[in-house]
Amino acid sequence: MNYKGKAHRVGDHIDTDAIIPARFLVTTDAVKLGENCFAGLEPGWVKRVRKGDILVAGRNFGCGSSREHAPIAILGAGMPVVIAHSFARIFYRNAFNMGLPLMEAGDETANIQDGDELEIVAREGRIRDLTRGFDIVCPPLPESMSAVLNAGGLVGHVRKRLGKA
Amino acid sequence: MSKTLTQKILQKHSDEAVERDGQIVQCRLSLVLANDITAPLAIKSFREMRADRVFDRDKIVLVMDHFTPQKDIDSANQVLGCRAFAREQNITHYYEGGSCGVEHALLPEQGLVGPGDLVIGADSHTCTYGGLGAFATGMGSTDIAAGMALGETWLKVPPAIRVNYAGVMPEWLGAKDLILMLIGEIGVDGALYRALEFGGPVIDALPVEGRLTMANMAIEAGAKAGLFPVDERTRAYCVERGRPAPDFVLAADDGAPYERIVSFDVTGREPVVACPHLPSNVKPVSEVADTPVQQVIIGSCTNGRISDMRDAALVLRSRKVDKNVRCIVLPSTPAVWKQCLREGLLEIFMDAGCIVGPCTCGPCLGGHMGILGDGERAVATTNRNFKGRMGSLDSEVYLASPVVAAASAVLGRVAGPGQL
Repeated sequence: MNYKGKAHRVGDHIDTDAIIPARFLVTTDAVKLGENCFAGLEPGWVKRVRKGDILVAGRNFGCGSSREHAPIAILGAGMPVVIAHSFARIFYRNAFNMGLPLMEAGDETANIQDGDELEIVAREGRIRDLTRGFDIVCPPLPESMSAVLNAGGLVGHVRKRLGKA
Repeated sequence: MSKTLTQKILQKHSDEAVERDGQIVQCRLSLVLANDITAPLAIKSFREMRADRVFDRDKIVLVMDHFTPQKDIDSANQVLGCRAFAREQNITHYYEGGSCGVEHALLPEQGLVGPGDLVIGADSHTCTYGGLGAFATGMGSTDIAAGMALGETWLKVPPAIRVNYAGVMPEWLGAKDLILMLIGEIGVDGALYRALEFGGPVIDALPVEGRLTMANMAIEAGAKAGLFPVDERTRAYCVERGRPAPDFVLAADDGAPYERIVSFDVTGREPVVACPHLPSNVKPVSEVADTPVQQVIIGSCTNGRISDMRDAALVLRSRKVDKNVRCIVLPSTPAVWKQCLREGLLEIFMDAGCIVGPCTCGPCLGGHMGILGDGERAVATTNRNFKGRMGSLDSEVYLASPVVAAASAVLGRVAGPGQL
C-alpha cells in the first residue's frame, strides 16, 4: 500500500484519552468514533483532517488505556497510517489488529513539520517528505505483525486457524 | 541459565523453550477478561472470526464496571449485548449490577487469579495481577476475542527491569508512593515493551493489597507487566480467598539477566503526588501544598481495597471535609463496601461529609459519578492524570495515596496527613 497526504503533527506521550475520551466509548461505530477523534486534545481537532491525511506523532504515541476504539477512531477520521517516534505497546498491537499500519521512525520524525505533504511507500518502509525533500526509511515490521497484516488483520488470522476462512 | 520471573512464568504456559528476551512464544491462557467498554468490541470481533464457542466458559470473565450503574442509554445498551453473550456462551463469571465491582479489585478478591497464572484482559490495568505473581497484561478487544476463541495468544518475551526498595518505611508512606516514585524516576515510557520486577526488603514486608496497587500502575511506565515474587504473603492471600495454596516457589533466579536495576531507599521519604498531566510528573507533597482542590476521589482499581478504605478513614476520623470540596468515596467491590459498613468506616466517611458511592470505575476515566468542570482540580487515588481524563479539558488531576487524598479533602488543598 502507498499513501499520500498532508501531515498532522501531535506531540509526545499522546494518550488514548486524548485520542478518544472515555465518554465517547458508548459506541463501536468507526464513523461516530472518528467524529470525536482527538477531542481529548482539542475540541474539533478532527475538522482539519481530509481523507487520506497522515498522522505524525512524537514519543510513546497511544499510551494509556487498552481501548481499541483509539485506532478505530483514527481510521474513522480518515487517517490510514500513523508515523511516530515510538508507540505504546498495547496501541501498537491494536493498530495492526485493526488494519492501521504504524511506522516507527525514531528521531527523524522531528524533521516532519505540520502540513508537509508526505508520500509513503509501505513495502520499503519509506516516508517521503515532498515539501522538504527528504526520505526516512523505517526498520522492517516484526514478523508477528506482518503475519497479522498478511492475513488481513487478526480477525482473518483467527478465522483461518478456526478453519472458517 | 538464570531466568527472570517473567521468563519463568511465560515458560509455564508455553510448549516452546523460553530462551531469550524478544523471542515470540505462543502461550496458553489461564484467564481472559473484558469489561463493559471493551467486551462489546471483543464480541463483535469474536463473531467476525466466526467462532462458535469460547475456549472455556470458566476462564472468561466479563465485568460491567466502567459505566456502572449504567450512565445513559448507550452504555446500558452495551451491557445488554454483553449480558446476551454471557448467557449464550454460559459464561460462569459474569458480573453486573449488585455483583459487580471494579474488575482489578474484584478478580483477586474472588480468587479468580493467582500466582503463576497468565492473564490477558481488554483493560490496560490488567497488569494489577502481577501483585500476586501472575503474568497479566492488557490488550485490545480483538486480541481478547482471539484469546476467548483459542485459549492462547502470542507474546514477545519482554526484557525485565528490576526495581528494589530498601530502608525503613516512614509512617505515612504507602504502596502508591513507591510506584509513583518509580514512574517519576523512569518516566511514562521508561519501561516501554518491558516487564518490571519488584523486590527488596520493603517489598517482602508489603501486604498483597499494596503489591496490587503497585502492579496496577506498571502500565503508567509503559510496562507490559509488573511482577512480584510469590511468597508466604501471597500464599496466605490465596488460601483466604478459597484458592489452593500454590505448591511452587516463584521468584527470579539469582543473577537473572536484568536489562537495568533501579533502587530506592525509602528512609525519610515524604508522600508524593503525580501532578498534571502525566503520571511521571511526581513531586513531594510539600512542594505543591498550596494548590486548592475542589474534588477528591478515593477508590478505583489502584486504591479502592479495604486497606485503602482503612487508611482514608484513619485520616478522616473526627475531621470534616473542607466545604469547597466534594469528597467521593467509592469502595471497589461489594465485599469491600460491606466490610467498610461492618467496621464503621462508612459512618466515619459520612460524618466527615463525604459522598459514599457505588462500586464503579466511574470518575477515574471521566465516565460519571464525579466529573470535573472547567478549571476544577482533583486529588484522586486513581492511576491516570492525562489532560481531560476526569472531565473538562481545563481540569486537573493530582494522583496520590488514600492518606494524601483524605488529608487534601480536609484541608481543601493538596496536603499530606503530616500537615493536619
